Amino acid sequence: MADNPQTPLATTRPLSPHMTVYRWPVTMMASITHRVTGVGLAMGAVVLAWWLVSISNGPEGWQSFHAIADTPIGLIVLFGLTWSLIYHFLNGIRHLAWDLGYGFDKQVAERNSVIVFALSIIAALAVFALTWTGHGGYLQ
Amino acid sequence: MSTAQTPLHKVQGMGSSHSGTGHFWHERVTAVALIPLSLWFAYTVLGLIGTSEVTALQFLAHPWNALLMGGFVCFSLWHTYLGLQVVVDDYIHTAGAKIFLLLLIRFSVIATGATCLFAIVRIAAL
Repeated sequence: MADNPQTPLATTRPLSPHMTVYRWPVTMMASITHRVTGVGLAMGAVVLAWWLVSISNGPEGWQSFHAIADTPIGLIVLFGLTWSLIYHFLNGIRHLAWDLGYGFDKQVAERNSVIVFALSIIAALAVFALTWTGHGGYLQ
Repeated sequence: MSTAQTPLHKVQGMGSSHSGTGHFWHERVTAVALIPLSLWFAYTVLGLIGTSEVTALQFLAHPWNALLMGGFVCFSLWHTYLGLQVVVDDYIHTAGAKIFLLLLIRFSVIATGATCLFAIVRIAAL
């Protein structure tokens, strides 16, 4: 106990990880974004509950939902949830592939991170573009 | 070889978390179930945008759609609970705050799920 070698070293050793001094690798960004979108989607579950309850309340409920959802802030929140769901879906498939042992190669992991970021943004924009051009509502 | 593990601890094979791979496995099972359910959910929500409450009511009142929406709600909220639990485990290191947050998350998830399921049953019964 008297000559514990860790005591003098501990004061000089660098601590890890230093998020503020590291260059952020894209794989780290992808991992953090997966968690952030997951927490965001937990909030989205409350919006889903509100949407279902408003439908069950008939015409007044439907209108009360749209009175808030159709505002600019409502649309920004819905866009965020749309992108979060698409991102978490695509990156979740990456996680399942990792569980099967695929995609751990450094170059492949970096490439797939970029693909997931790009695809999720394109798909979220496509969803809103299709809706605005009247391609939604096909269950009428 | 000397070990700090008791024979009981060793034979249970559950490691330092005392729960084995149960959490990991449930997170994966719910994730796999959510792949088709999320695709159906996206198809449904996009198909109902810009329609009337009558369309939404009739669509969700159909038994298959009510079941699928119920499945999406159950699996996504179960997955939500497991995911948020990991976030708390990673960042909260005080026992009191951890227990408080985990209970809060558990009750919130159950309340949200119960509300969704009640609404789905109500829509189907209308």
